[in-house]
Amino acid sequence: MKIGRTGDTLLGAFCAVAALTGVGALIWIITDLIQLGLPHLSPGFLTGEVTESGRGGGIGPILVSTVLILISCLTFAVPIGVGCALWFAEIIPEKSHVGKLLSASIDLLASVPSIVFGLFGMVFFCQILGLGFSILAGGLTLACMILPIVIRTTIAAMQAIPEDLRPAAAALGLSRSTTLGKILLPRALPGVIVGITISVARALSETAALIFTSGYATRWPESLGDSGRSVSVHIYDLAMNIPNGAARASASALVLLILILVINLAASFFSDRWFARQSATHSAIHG
Amino acid sequence: MSPSLRDRILRLSLGTTALLSGSVILAVVVFLFREAWPALASGKLSHFFTDLKWQPGSERDPQFGLTPMILASFLVTVLATIIAIPVGVGGAIFQQFYAPAFLGKFHDRLLELLAGVPSVIFGFWGLTVLVPVINRWHPPGQSLLAAGLVLALMILPTVGLTARSAIRSLDPGLLKGAAALGIGRPATILRVIVPAARQGIGAGCLLAIARAVGETLAVVMVCGNIAQIPHSLFDPVRPITSTIALEMGYASSDHRALLYAAGLILVILSGTLVGWQSYRKESFKPRQAG
Repeated sequence: MKIGRTGDTLLGAFCAVAALTGVGALIWIITDLIQLGLPHLSPGFLTGEVTESGRGGGIGPILVSTVLILISCLTFAVPIGVGCALWFAEIIPEKSHVGKLLSASIDLLASVPSIVFGLFGMVFFCQILGLGFSILAGGLTLACMILPIVIRTTIAAMQAIPEDLRPAAAALGLSRSTTLGKILLPRALPGVIVGITISVARALSETAALIFTSGYATRWPESLGDSGRSVSVHIYDLAMNIPNGAARASASALVLLILILVINLAASFFSDRWFARQSATHSAIHG
Repeated sequence: MSPSLRDRILRLSLGTTALLSGSVILAVVVFLFREAWPALASGKLSHFFTDLKWQPGSERDPQFGLTPMILASFLVTVLATIIAIPVGVGGAIFQQFYAPAFLGKFHDRLLELLAGVPSVIFGFWGLTVLVPVINRWHPPGQSLLAAGLVLALMILPTVGLTARSAIRSLDPGLLKGAAALGIGRPATILRVIVPAARQGIGAGCLLAIARAVGETLAVVMVCGNIAQIPHSLFDPVRPITSTIALEMGYASSDHRALLYAAGLILVILSGTLVGWQSYRKESFKPRQAG
């Protein structure tokens, strides 16, 4: 088969259209949300109470609940995830059976659909641990869900550190804990922070895992034991269950989208700079 | 505290976090199984495939036919994948071979942003913008087509970004070799680059399929949620994930156990896809090195 100049044009045109589709869809979604949501957006909307099941008022209590869910999620996911990653990257040999098993179980955990985390959280955290529909139960469920992201990004950050730092530290007679705490972890920290940022964005976007764990309440949360809905659950509820809820739903969606875009942009900005610096120091060492 | 003691404590505490992390997946499977057990033990699971209708709440004649839901999950996923793969891979090729550098970078960044858009926003947008458009064309609007389109948009970044990385990580010698042989650009791309990058592209597609099977929010809002076997693209459907999301709130006894069993099916499906993917990765490695 002969593919000449026409073939090149055809393939180029097809690929350009394909590229344009993805980009166009994003722009379409963003402009629609701005058009629908912007008229309802005001400082009062961000701080006001929810009235008429969401048809009126603002999303103040919901933003507070969202932040509390995030905090309880990160409190568990970050130390456990970073610890697990350090163990995997620095303590056990990469090719060992334990390492392979751990790696496989993290991959499987990452594959679990979010609605299934909701099912699991509902029985384990809400019923067996007796937390009920609460912000804490929702946060713990989300922690299980973002754990693989924290672990994978931290491992990547540890592996990006120049290999020769480790034998150098050993040659100086530094203990494992000093090497890890004073030399490796500070260098990996920006990468770990990028990973946490990505996890925050992921946790903020989640809805299915929260519907049956943190509940639907729209009042101001007083403790972690209270039920409280996140912004994403609020959007879902307004759009699906509340007649004429679309206006407030689009304003809430716009708030959520802006939050997540800002977080993702920050993450990619910092990771670009960090990787640039990593390779710069690497070439400085090796000339 | 002596350094060796500190090292021991460090090893122990890091090991504990690793043990905890590794056991989460075990806990998920064990507790799903535990809750689904009443249905599995009493043989109710066979109702999934033998019952014709889904009317779990009915007092007189409860029926638990999951076949329409399984079919709906399958069709929605297939539709989303056949849209997302050519568009995603095509976009990656455009970005790598046709676009000027700044445009490629711009395309990349926007695709990364698209990857970050929450599924509930895709669902909401689908419900308020896409569904009315389809409704004007062919009512009722909430349909297999709407779910497939929204899902395709959602998995597009997964396909596109992995395809891009796969193409970018190819040996540059391949391009030079093709140029030296006087092979034109389209033939180089279709006959050399895409086949060479097929492993990475395939990995992205598998991950995208796993995501599509498990996606709930984007689908539940636009698919119409009627448990039936669809006869056209415009019929409302109800995938497995939507069924769980809609009914978990009020389900009890047998009904609840069957929803957990449906969750177990989802875990097995996506676990298989991801397991298959890492198996492929393993079996490809030696050849790449050699």
